[in-house]
Amino acid sequence: MYRATIIDFEQGCKCLEAGVSELKRILEEETSETRIDPKQYLELYTTIYNMCIQKHPHDHSQRLYNKYHDIVEHYAKKTVLPCVQQKHDEYLLRELSRRWDHYKVFVKWLSHFFNYLERFFIPQRNYPSLLEVAMKSFRNRVYLEVQVNAKDVVIALIDKEREGAQIDMELLKNVLDIFVQSGMGTIERYKEDFEMFLLEETESYYARKASRWIQECSCPEYMIKSEESLKKEKERVTHYLHSSTESKLVEIVQDILLVSVAKHLLEKEHSGCSALLRDDKTDDLSRMYRLYHPIPKGLEPVADAFRIYVAREGNALIKQAQDAAANGSLVEAQVLVGKIIDLHEKYMVYVMDCFKNHTLFHKALKEAFEVFCNKKVAGSSSAELVANFCDSLFKKSGNDKLSDEAMEATIDNVVKLLDYISDKDIFSEFYRKKLARRLLFDHHKVNKEHETSMITKLKRQQGGQYTSKMEGMVTDMQLAKEFQKGFKGSLTAKPGGIDLAVTVLNTGFWPSYKTSTDLNLPREMVECVEAFKSYYGTKTNQRKLRWLYSHGTCHVIGSFDPKPIELVLSTYQAVVLCLFNNTERLTYQEIIEQLNLSHEDLVRVLLSLSCAKYRILNKEPASKSISTTDVFEFNSKFTSTMRRIKVSIPPPPIDERKKVVEDVDQDRRYAIDACIVRIMKSRKVLPHQQLVSQCVEQLSRMFKPDIKMIKKRIEDLITRDYLKRDAKNHHIFNYVA
Amino acid sequence: MPPSASKPSKKRSKPDSATDPVPSASSKKKSSKEMDGTDQLFNKYANTSSGVIDPEGIEKLCSSLKVPHTDIRILMLAWRMKAEKQGYFTKAEWRTALKALKVDTIPKLKKALPELEKEVRKPLNFADFYAYAFKYCLTEEKQKFLDIETICQLLDMVLGSTFRAQVDYFVDYLKVQKDYKVINMDQWMGFYRFCNEISFPDMTNYNLENAWPSILDEFFEWLREKQA
Repeated sequence: MYRATIIDFEQGCKCLEAGVSELKRILEEETSETRIDPKQYLELYTTIYNMCIQKHPHDHSQRLYNKYHDIVEHYAKKTVLPCVQQKHDEYLLRELSRRWDHYKVFVKWLSHFFNYLERFFIPQRNYPSLLEVAMKSFRNRVYLEVQVNAKDVVIALIDKEREGAQIDMELLKNVLDIFVQSGMGTIERYKEDFEMFLLEETESYYARKASRWIQECSCPEYMIKSEESLKKEKERVTHYLHSSTESKLVEIVQDILLVSVAKHLLEKEHSGCSALLRDDKTDDLSRMYRLYHPIPKGLEPVADAFRIYVAREGNALIKQAQDAAANGSLVEAQVLVGKIIDLHEKYMVYVMDCFKNHTLFHKALKEAFEVFCNKKVAGSSSAELVANFCDSLFKKSGNDKLSDEAMEATIDNVVKLLDYISDKDIFSEFYRKKLARRLLFDHHKVNKEHETSMITKLKRQQGGQYTSKMEGMVTDMQLAKEFQKGFKGSLTAKPGGIDLAVTVLNTGFWPSYKTSTDLNLPREMVECVEAFKSYYGTKTNQRKLRWLYSHGTCHVIGSFDPKPIELVLSTYQAVVLCLFNNTERLTYQEIIEQLNLSHEDLVRVLLSLSCAKYRILNKEPASKSISTTDVFEFNSKFTSTMRRIKVSIPPPPIDERKKVVEDVDQDRRYAIDACIVRIMKSRKVLPHQQLVSQCVEQLSRMFKPDIKMIKKRIEDLITRDYLKRDAKNHHIFNYVA
Repeated sequence: MPPSASKPSKKRSKPDSATDPVPSASSKKKSSKEMDGTDQLFNKYANTSSGVIDPEGIEKLCSSLKVPHTDIRILMLAWRMKAEKQGYFTKAEWRTALKALKVDTIPKLKKALPELEKEVRKPLNFADFYAYAFKYCLTEEKQKFLDIETICQLLDMVLGSTFRAQVDYFVDYLKVQKDYKVINMDQWMGFYRFCNEISFPDMTNYNLENAWPSILDEFFEWLREKQA
């Protein structure tokens, strides 16, 4: 409706004030709805509207803006503040909350009335909005006056809640909202006037709790309380605190309850980390992980405790075996590897379950095992023990005692264990020697799948070069079988009347064997050798065969008086017995001269044939040992219930361990040389310490190199003109191209 | 001169040392006169059939100079003339030395010896001389080591006057230890560096983690144990 009359400012104000009073009255009555009579509302709005669009000098926008400001100021100062100041404690908060709600409604309606200002005048002049003005007034007139008291009451209530009391969370939420809003766009007021104090109070609250709990509670109990506290504090935030407080609260609680007491807690005598591990308290350990995981570097002390415990367990096993060995029993050493594997499986479960596969714990487990897996037991290095373990494992596999899955699992465990052993080259050497024996002497018992599985898994972990010789050995056996077929097929008649089977080994793959190559074979065997030699010559080019008679087996029919018996013998044994085909009696001297065997070998053979379980030969004198004056006679009366017997012969007493260590030492020397040259070739110039440390790093995959040995190899390479010292600084080396 | 092997020795690689001054044109007349004197002197000691001064000749030279023939100054003279073969001086080598020293008679040569010694003892020259001493004792073509006894005597002669204590202890060690039967050039030079860089006998600045030759590490540990 168009009004032609100009509204005078005072006139308009009167109208306005009436509306404001009405508004205040309605608010005081606190009926469920705050309703302004629509007619009145429209009148007020229109009045203000008209006052704004009137032409100058009746354009009252500025004065209206100021009027608005005055109204809210007045309301805040004269109505809100006195009401609040009258009250204390929780009543203070209630009144504040109530008055705040009123104020918000008041301002909302007022802003509706003055809305026209908001559309053009305020943006034009870039003035603070109506809401901002209102908020500022509230802050200055009310908030600043009461915030200290309010804050104190709130914090007291929070403390009560912490002790278990129920409090009015909505109230607190509303009150804290005032703090937030009073920041006028920033969170500063909330932070400085409230949060800061809350955090302080929280700190001292939990410090008190911590010192009590740590004395009174066991580790699991303490952890449960800590977990509970954290949960409660987080809930507190969702219920009435500002979200930005959460991380700060959590940090404080974690710091006070968990970080500062970590050592004390974890090392608690009967309930700390080691006790929990000992008693398999997986729930508590999982809780420990959960609690310490979010804390930066929080898991380190836990992982440390874990590592120390596992190392202790492992060391105990080692000591047990060492003590038993010192008392003469070697059984412990033999079962040791199995026990270590079990230990590993057990604690790996903890790492995966309780500690959620965290790398820190994998690392702790690894370091723990590295500590005790490299200790010696009864003179055997761990590498040797593991190789022995594998040997017995594979020898048993022929008996089908272990299912395939169990075998695969054990193989996996052995390979994992190898990772902890620093002298991996020693393991491979021992393993190779035993593998050779299994392949050559027990080949009908060998389970090819299992053997290949082990080699494949070793290859995957250590690289192809590590397993190349082993693979070669297994392949050789396969090739030999096929070659043997071809040989058999090529024969028109049995050479010397004997069924000959030959296994050709590639020298590079197999351990080196000594053999009496000057052995005088009986005629029939010589024919065999020659037949094979010529066949081999047709199939290969310029290869030399070296015959290992020491490793052969022979089946011989002994024509004894009672009945003929098949004897399974070593080639040496067979050769000795064949001499008795021509004569009944022979002296030791005659035997040794005719055969050209070494004295040690012959003694072993004769012992096995004349002084052991089966008396194939009679010895004069019938003593238990062989002397060079003995005389031997074919025992025609020999018999047995069985039709075939194996006459075993003990292997020669080589100090295998010594040989392995020597061979490995030599290989290491070459490896170190090659490594040094490789490094220097690429770096050209390098100071001594860096060269040594890089060398150690590169070689550590295979073994732990001795620093002194590296130094000596460097000096050797200098003498051989691969390196030279720098002229200005003698601790730096230059590569000599 | 340290005792050399009685086997006939073959030619080895030349030791490196400072170059000699080149004769200038102006002093040509004087130098030719010197040359004659030098040559005459050479012939006095040389073996007439072989045309070189042999061990016998060197002994004669030493007695003329009134210097014991194991004296370091003879070795210094050998160094000056860059003598290649232990126990022998060729005419060219002889000329080189005497020209450098600017002498042509025995008395002059004798007088020049202290000057020569001073020259050699200059730090820059001494390192070179020290290395030369080792190489000079190598008699075989591809030989790279000297036996312990030779080393002990050589050390005494070459370093005895400047590093008496170190030499004495090291020689003791060499005689007692069983790991090393020979010493190579790197170890030889290492010992010289040891004497120059490491305070003795406390050896507080010796670091086992540095690139000192292993034999010196072991010498250090042996000495430490003795001092304890």
